[in-house]
Amino acid sequence: MLRVEDINVFYGKIHAIKDLSFDVKQGEIVTLIGANGAGKTTILKTISKILTPVSGLVKFNNENISKIPAHQIIDMGMAHVPEGRRVFSKMTVLENLQMGAYIRKDEREIREDLEMVFTRFPRLKERSKQVSGTLSGGEQQMLAIGRAIMSRPKLILMDEPSMGLAPILVDEIFDIITSINKAGTTILLVEQNANRALQIAHRGYVLETGKIIMQGTTKELLNDEKVKKAYLGG
Amino acid sequence: MTLFLQQLINGLSVGSIYAVIALGYTMVYGIIKLINFAHGEIMMMGAYFAFVTAVTIGMPFYMVLIVSMLIAAILGLSIEYVAYKPLRNAPRISALITAIGISLFLQNLALVVFKPEPKVMPAIIPKQPILIGNLQIGTVTIVTILLSVIFMILLDQFIKKTKPGKAMRAVSQDKEASILMGINVNRTISLTFAIGSALGAFGGVLYSIAYTQVYPTMGIMPGLKAFVAAVLGGIGLLPGAMLGGFVIGMIETISKAYISSQWSDAIVFGILIIVLIVKPTGILGKNEREKV
Ligand SMILES: Nc1ncnc2c1ncn2[C@@H]1O[C@H](COP(=O)(O)OP(=O)(O)OP(=O)(O)O)[C@@H](O)[C@H]1O
Ligand SMILES: [Mg+2]
Repeated sequence: MLRVEDINVFYGKIHAIKDLSFDVKQGEIVTLIGANGAGKTTILKTISKILTPVSGLVKFNNENISKIPAHQIIDMGMAHVPEGRRVFSKMTVLENLQMGAYIRKDEREIREDLEMVFTRFPRLKERSKQVSGTLSGGEQQMLAIGRAIMSRPKLILMDEPSMGLAPILVDEIFDIITSINKAGTTILLVEQNANRALQIAHRGYVLETGKIIMQGTTKELLNDEKVKKAYLGG
Repeated sequence: MTLFLQQLINGLSVGSIYAVIALGYTMVYGIIKLINFAHGEIMMMGAYFAFVTAVTIGMPFYMVLIVSMLIAAILGLSIEYVAYKPLRNAPRISALITAIGISLFLQNLALVVFKPEPKVMPAIIPKQPILIGNLQIGTVTIVTILLSVIFMILLDQFIKKTKPGKAMRAVSQDKEASILMGINVNRTISLTFAIGSALGAFGGVLYSIAYTQVYPTMGIMPGLKAFVAAVLGGIGLLPGAMLGGFVIGMIETISKAYISSQWSDAIVFGILIIVLIVKPTGILGKNEREKV
């Protein structure tokens, strides 16, 4: 479904991503794990066209998306839950969810999806009129995920959804990701929390300073001595 | 008492013009964080468009207003495209200097095309005043207040209810997240300039009718005061611009009537300084935490 082929991404002179390739198949949860500054966010931003690679290409559903402007990526069925949530802080919860459906015109189905999001996240329903900037971190993360679902994506890119959340909320968020995946949405999950990410994913890639140094099924990675040492705290 | 009421209504009228011009200022600031110093000159150009359509073509008032606002919108779009868009990722000071350049350019353009002598704006709104008890209210005053309020309501509904309006709010809050939602950020910024410029021209048309004159430097003072109004209310906030506009208009009119007409501008700017010392974010501004 998603193929990243030999991309190189620079910030000025900093070579952040080096000849990197990987793929995500329909129905999977694939996780990219790596430490601070490994290049995880850069990869997701390159996939959703916020950043442009110097070389290499990204294919989505077998289509090369390098010519497609960034704001049309969501039209192709790809949504991005960005690092730090990035909800529209002065808009209400409801307005944020409606922004997620910005490209859609099927008003009736949008309303149905809104109900679906509210059933999945009852806390968002209670707070639908609240200004999003005043939500807690966990609620904002739920909102960011709900907002992404509102575009009815086939693939969701998620950038560290567990960041800054209490363990109990991390559980909740990861359960939600699993259930979204079970409902048929493919997920590319970027995490520093390797342990948890590998528990819910099917396959994983390990990233170090802009390069993939290891890949495999989550079972393989969870049992790998090097991964255990460097990323699983033991 | 009658005189005081009269002054209040005058203040309301002047204030409503400042408020509409200030809305243009604050919208552009809200979306690209640019103090568009050329906004006063858009207002001046709007006044000339009104002069030309009224005198040369002989259009009635409502047509003069619509056509002037439309041409100004196109002018604003072109300025954005030629001067500001290439600087989208440049340091903010570059765009600011460019704005000052555009402002001087438009003043000189008006000087060359229309000559420095003031043109007399014909009375395209009938002059006879309406009497309410002892109060004499000019038609221009009433039309100005009514139309300003109508445009403010329209703008407010547009921003809150329509898709392009919501896109404008989204882009002003987070450009990158807006792109991820499928919003065409460049087009949204252009639209903001078009609407802001049309509002500037609205101010220019009514200002020139109220003061019966059109000249190349006429945008400087009202532009500056609208800027003060936007900052006073809280720059980037639409209700702030409206409130600021009315406050400035009132203060100016009252101080002209009861203190001194020479000192009224100094009082207006003095109040800005005081408000900014007490509350740097303006009357309605919240002290927001810096984003990390
Ligand atoms: N805007 C930028 N300008 C310059 N360098 C940048 C920029 N953004 C990221 N980098 C650099 O690129 C590298 C990869 O950054 P990136 O944000 O992709 O890492 P990450 O894996 O997402 O880290 P984290 O887990 O902390 O979010 C880092 O070395 C970082 O310093
Ligand atoms: Mg990151």
